[in-house]
Amino acid sequence: MAAAAAQQKIRWGELEEDDGGDLDFLLPPSVVVGPDENGIKKVIVYKFDDDGNKVRVTTTTRVRKLARARLSRSAIERRQWPKFGDALKEDAGSRLTMVSTEEILLERPRAPGSKAEEPAASGDPLAMASKGGAVLMVCRTCGKKGDHWTSKCPYKDLAPPTETFTDRPPTSDGPPAPGGPVKGAYVPPTMRGGADRTGDSMRRRNDENSVRVTNLSEDTREPDLLELFRSFGPVSRVYVAVDQKTGLSRGFGFVNFVHREDAEKAISKLNGYGYDNLILRVEWATPRPN
Amino acid sequence: MRPILMKGHERPLTFLRYNRDGDLLFSCAKDHTPTVWYADNGDRLGTYRGHNGAVWTCDVSRDSARLITASADQTAKLWEVSTGKELFSFRFDAPARSVEFAIGDALAVITTDNFMDHVPTVQVKHIAEDIDDQTDESALVITGIKGRINRAVWGPLNRTIITAGEDATIRIWDSETGQLLKESDKESGHQKTISSLSKSSDWSHFITGSLDKSAKLWDTRTLTLIKTYVTERPVNAVDISPTHDTVVLGGGQDAMNVTMTDRRAGKFEAKFYHKILQEEIGGVKGHFGPINALAFNPDGQSFSSGGEDGYVRLHHFDSDYFNIKMLFETQLVQFLGSYVAG
Repeated sequence: MAAAAAQQKIRWGELEEDDGGDLDFLLPPSVVVGPDENGIKKVIVYKFDDDGNKVRVTTTTRVRKLARARLSRSAIERRQWPKFGDALKEDAGSRLTMVSTEEILLERPRAPGSKAEEPAASGDPLAMASKGGAVLMVCRTCGKKGDHWTSKCPYKDLAPPTETFTDRPPTSDGPPAPGGPVKGAYVPPTMRGGADRTGDSMRRRNDENSVRVTNLSEDTREPDLLELFRSFGPVSRVYVAVDQKTGLSRGFGFVNFVHREDAEKAISKLNGYGYDNLILRVEWATPRPN
Repeated sequence: MRPILMKGHERPLTFLRYNRDGDLLFSCAKDHTPTVWYADNGDRLGTYRGHNGAVWTCDVSRDSARLITASADQTAKLWEVSTGKELFSFRFDAPARSVEFAIGDALAVITTDNFMDHVPTVQVKHIAEDIDDQTDESALVITGIKGRINRAVWGPLNRTIITAGEDATIRIWDSETGQLLKESDKESGHQKTISSLSKSSDWSHFITGSLDKSAKLWDTRTLTLIKTYVTERPVNAVDISPTHDTVVLGGGQDAMNVTMTDRRAGKFEAKFYHKILQEEIGGVKGHFGPINALAFNPDGQSFSSGGEDGYVRLHHFDSDYFNIKMLFETQLVQFLGSYVAG
């Protein structure tokens, strides 16, 4: 109270530009709504933003008890030890220890060939949307799909792996719906809405095992695709569409495998794979029921 | 479960060890600086500065007062756990690899690598209670093993020392005389380098992990092969659960051998096997590189894994883990029961 009275006497002309702290008494006090039965805690803080407007910041956190800590007496003593070594210069900002943002489950082993179980706990609405085929979220940093975009990657500080495969269940994410082209990539006629997909328009050898690769970089050619795909099995034909005028790749190509299983493997492993500077889209050349 | 990620090491992890009470976790890595963390929330407590080479293994005394570490800088060092102060340094002629305190913490077994003209050795040192009395003298030196000795541990009652390493053979030695007592059978034993060894909580059996893509469970006194767990990747780390019939294996391809495959984010997993039924229960993914270190917390409610990616991942088990195990066992009992009835 005395401080407030003293502050009234300060001449406003002498206040520093960023001395908003002096006016804090004008703000309502911050409120902490303690953890409720779901562990949700809300902290409401009032402050002034850069324009001098009163702003209310609500931080909602979920407080989870990580483990029942039943510590022995000596363990409790050890908890009081001061930090030493490199931990001395640790401040609250250093994020050495953080809880993973994703839920990791003990995955049951699956017989080879059967599809992976969908994690039951992905209540994240964004993840659900991508599983519906509407949006294909690919993070370039960790190569993971359907969870977050690159700017939201929890593994931001890791060196982006130059070669990442993302394995996704072969059947649960069918070819993306026609409404959702990735990054404005070319959508071939068979993939567009209302297209005729009988597959008769493709007269190629092994067209049962034909895989379409899109979002290729402009200098990708047949030998590159062959090298990338041959590790999955014998390849009977590769083709990359090239613009005759400029000589650049039109960004898509086809790979025909001798064996269908190899094609299936290639699709599940290479879709979303970062190749050259782009994320590949790999799918069946014509939609295939599994 | 939501693992806690701890990125305190700049380079691959080599070893993880909990203290006896299970509230501290010690991590060793190739970055020269062993670190200690609180085992419940993963907060870093401190680091031990002083080594000049990769730190391969460590052990902590039962009262959590002393830490011993073995490093490629040809020393093994004794530290005061609470302050990070280096108490003593054992010097060797070759990189030190494996280290373990004996029961009672009055002895430690340390192995050294084959290096230039030196053969690999297993050495036993006295650990003095008062650090001023500590000497560099070896109570026992065992030579005669050809390949690198990756792990040497004490047997029950400190009567024996068990070694395993590059020559894929497990040997049991008398800890007083240094005499070779037993050797594992070549046919049924591992076929490639044994990378890791971990004892059960009562030391009655132990598990070894090998680059031959399997792990094997052995009796500590007779060296009989009890179980074999088969996996698809070379095994770098193993541990036995102290409270349940589970073992965990971790591994993955050596970073050098990875060409186009398996760099998918977070694919490397720690695999859990039922200890008795030898069947895989499940796997926990998350590491970006091969797993080099695994350890169960002595209370059996959590475990941590250390990877080539420099991360330590600390997992507190949720009910999933316990339920899956029970379900597994129930199914098998039913299956066997149908045989008997038929």
